[in-house]
Amino acid sequence: MERPVTLHVDGTVRKVSVDTRTTLLDGLRERLAVTAPKKGCDHGQCGACTVLLDGRRVLACLILAVTCDRSEVTTADGLGDSGSPHPVQRALLEHDGLQCGYCTPGQACSAVGMLDEAKAGWPSAVSGDLRQNVELTEEEIRERMSGNLCRCGAYPNIVAALREAIR
Amino acid sequence: MIPFEYRRAEDTDSAVTAVAADPRAVFLAGGTNLVDHLKLGITAPDELVDVTDLPLDAIEDTPEGGLRIGATVRNSDLAASPPVRERYRALSLALLSGASGQLRNRATTGGNLLQRTRCPYFQEITTPCNKRSPGTGCSALHGHNKNHAVLGASDSCVATHPSDMAVAMAALDGTVHVRSDRGERTIPVTELHRLPGEQPHRDTVLERGELITAVDLPPLPTGTYTAYRKVRERASYAFALVSVAAVLRVDNGVIDDVRLAFGGLAHKPWRAETVEERLRGATPAESTFREAAEAELSAARALADNAFKIPLARNTLGAVLRDLTTEAAR
Ligand SMILES: Cc1cc2nc3c(=O)[nH]c(=O)nc-3n(C[C@H](O)[C@H](O)[C@H](O)COP(=O)(O)OP(=O)(O)OC[C@H]3O[C@@H](n4cnc5c(N)ncnc54)[C@H](O)[C@@H]3O)c2cc1C
Ligand code: SF4
Ligand code: FES
Ligand code: FES
Repeated sequence: MERPVTLHVDGTVRKVSVDTRTTLLDGLRERLAVTAPKKGCDHGQCGACTVLLDGRRVLACLILAVTCDRSEVTTADGLGDSGSPHPVQRALLEHDGLQCGYCTPGQACSAVGMLDEAKAGWPSAVSGDLRQNVELTEEEIRERMSGNLCRCGAYPNIVAALREAIR
Repeated sequence: MIPFEYRRAEDTDSAVTAVAADPRAVFLAGGTNLVDHLKLGITAPDELVDVTDLPLDAIEDTPEGGLRIGATVRNSDLAASPPVRERYRALSLALLSGASGQLRNRATTGGNLLQRTRCPYFQEITTPCNKRSPGTGCSALHGHNKNHAVLGASDSCVATHPSDMAVAMAALDGTVHVRSDRGERTIPVTELHRLPGEQPHRDTVLERGELITAVDLPPLPTGTYTAYRKVRERASYAFALVSVAAVLRVDNGVIDDVRLAFGGLAHKPWRAETVEERLRGATPAESTFREAAEAELSAARALADNAFKIPLARNTLGAVLRDLTTEAAR
């Protein structure tokens, strides 16, 4: 059953008609040729499909595209432009926070969302006293980024990059 | 996936009438469980009624001094909300220990309560499973059952309920508000989920078409401490093998209020009533905690792969009680 939806993707208005069964991930990749979000597990388990939906990090593989009508979607492509990458993207490059690069767009979007969450004072499972505002220690970064798996195991450099991006 | 209609409900009445009118319609909230099930072929509704625009997203103080949590409040917003962090620490910790940042940004209070088991046979439609296809048998009973239940299970189903949030809400004596085209009712969180018995396909006592609208938490008297501890196979982003939610108050060196619930052990959040009875009025002591836990767990029945859960539950409970009574004594 086709439904028209209007998405604001990386700053551009995109109108598309999608089957109600289409996920946001498939809508972006297959219908709009926006291939920054990657399909890893397709079941919410790896984080490769992470995008920012109306400013918050989410998994595009578990969201139906019809539910996103008039929403703002930011993928890794839209975080910065090629001339001036987002500080998180720059730090990932500088610290070699990637190997094959498959998980990287999801890592970047997740990190940007995570930094906003920390700025808003959101605690994590390792924050101890939940009433205090948090400092993004290595332990905090690891916990907050735990939804993004990397089969190459680039974690040490990803963490180093994010520590840098915070400063 | 078979084709389905999608409808965005604008008010609560139209949401409940839409589902009441169509026996194959279901509510859609964050979709983090339902969309997965559509892909896996576990469920095949003909209409999804999206409830996320309903005005059920508030976290408000109740006149009694407790908290009312709307059904569409996102797990991340709930975990971060000041009244939850300050007054119901166990709930915040339980939410933060569940899933990942991305999933918590989507998952809702109602959807989290009604998420279905992560039993791998339930999720694999080519295997027998009484919960997914009643009458086909239980593949886990004599299969791989490391993650399965040790309390309250039946030969029909040995699945565990996966929610962390529900375990905390069970210990906090939460009450679920439910609405349907027949009216409204309230159900204690401890009575929302069922034990499998002969009908494991029914996870909860909800009737078809009932919409969860909110969960109420009663106030906690000053001096009450709460905790949530989750034991799992990796440091983060995994379901519980065992978890413990605890609410405790010590007055004059004696435990005067204690409420405990286990996760990961049963088909529902397991209120440890035997432990509670033994500890109420007792002086905190390591041996008392251990004996109480053992009395509760004497009813436990292990399967081939999950006997480890029994001592793990006892030790986790002991650790939580030790931490909370120490905190209360300071
Ligand atoms: C990889 C992964 C790891 C996870 N880890 C954890 C974990 O460690 N701990 C944990 O607790 N959870 C975990 N989860 C589960 C996650 O928390 C749930 O999927 C989520 O809470 C479901 O909420 P939702 O709003 O997305 O529900 P949906 O998927 O939209 O709905 C779930 C069910 O509830 C029904 N429903 C939704 N809202 C209502 C309502 N208001 N009234 C009546 N019916 C309703 C729907 O019809 C559906 O049957 C994990 C999920 C994934 C994918
Ligand atoms: S434990 Fe329950 S859910 Fe798992 S296979 Fe058996 S019947 Fe199905
Ligand atoms: S592809 Fe979405 S989480 Fe793996
Ligand atoms: S860099 Fe290869 S999966 Fe992460």
